[in-house]
Amino acid sequence: MKFKSRSDEKVEMQLTSMIDIIFLLLIFFVMTFKIAAQEGDFNIRMPIGGGSGAADTTNLPIKLRLRSNTDGELVDIVVDDTRSFGNDFGKLRAFILQQTGGNAPPSPEEGPEVEIDLDYNLRYSHVINAISTITGQRQGDEIKRLVERIKFAPPRKPQ
Amino acid sequence: MALKSKFGAKAAEGDMTAMIDMVFQLIIFFMVLINFSQDDQNQAIKLPTSELAKPAETPLENPLVLNLAFNGNIYLGAETATIAGLRPLLELEANVLKSNGKSAKDANVIIRADGNTSGGLVQELIKKCQESGYEKFALRAKEEIGQ
Repeated sequence: MKFKSRSDEKVEMQLTSMIDIIFLLLIFFVMTFKIAAQEGDFNIRMPIGGGSGAADTTNLPIKLRLRSNTDGELVDIVVDDTRSFGNDFGKLRAFILQQTGGNAPPSPEEGPEVEIDLDYNLRYSHVINAISTITGQRQGDEIKRLVERIKFAPPRKPQ
Repeated sequence: MALKSKFGAKAAEGDMTAMIDMVFQLIIFFMVLINFSQDDQNQAIKLPTSELAKPAETPLENPLVLNLAFNGNIYLGAETATIAGLRPLLELEANVLKSNGKSAKDANVIIRADGNTSGGLVQELIKKCQESGYEKFALRAKEEIGQ
């Protein structure tokens, strides 16, 4: 039996509405697209007692004092009330490398502890710089951890 | 004088396939890169930068994001408070945790503070959270680009 073709007419899809929607979607995504820098966290453990994990009285924390001027700019970094580094974070990093031997702590609960005591009006970005300096250093794409245990001293309220 | 089309009455039809392919690829690109996780971020806050700021491989459990603005206002979700008036909000969050069989100690308080605010305010905020039983804190910073 011989079948006969229904017709030679081409079936044409109507693409106009689909293209309209696709362009709308494209415009939406282009408008909402934002190149955002990545964000990361510095962990700080501060139980209510004021200590930080295991109470080991033989292993006292390194005291890091950050002094500011009236504008909130960092003027002095003092370690253990004895060594002053001015506002040079490089010297602070050298000190931390000396204390840790450049080695990462075996776990986040171990290794030296640093207590940060800062002037009330010190700009927060300087505090993050200090934490960044003592927490570790970047070596290429890798981050070498130095100090994991960080805590804050009670706030120094302005008089 | 009537002009006659050289090619007859056929309408010129462009081939749309390549264009539609490209447009679909662009849509997929933007869809994949769109970052819905930024919903909890307050755009008014300019985070301090750090060379060590890298997103954690595993997200923090039970996160509680507190945005601390330059003027001392704290944004917790849609709520706004000052440090002095933060306690009811923190206790509300602690109650939510309790109803899930957890406590404030299990929460990770993520502090997104403006880089120009005073460090003392951040200390006070931490102290306030401690008073409500929170123990674990994470100070958030933005990756330093160009290092």
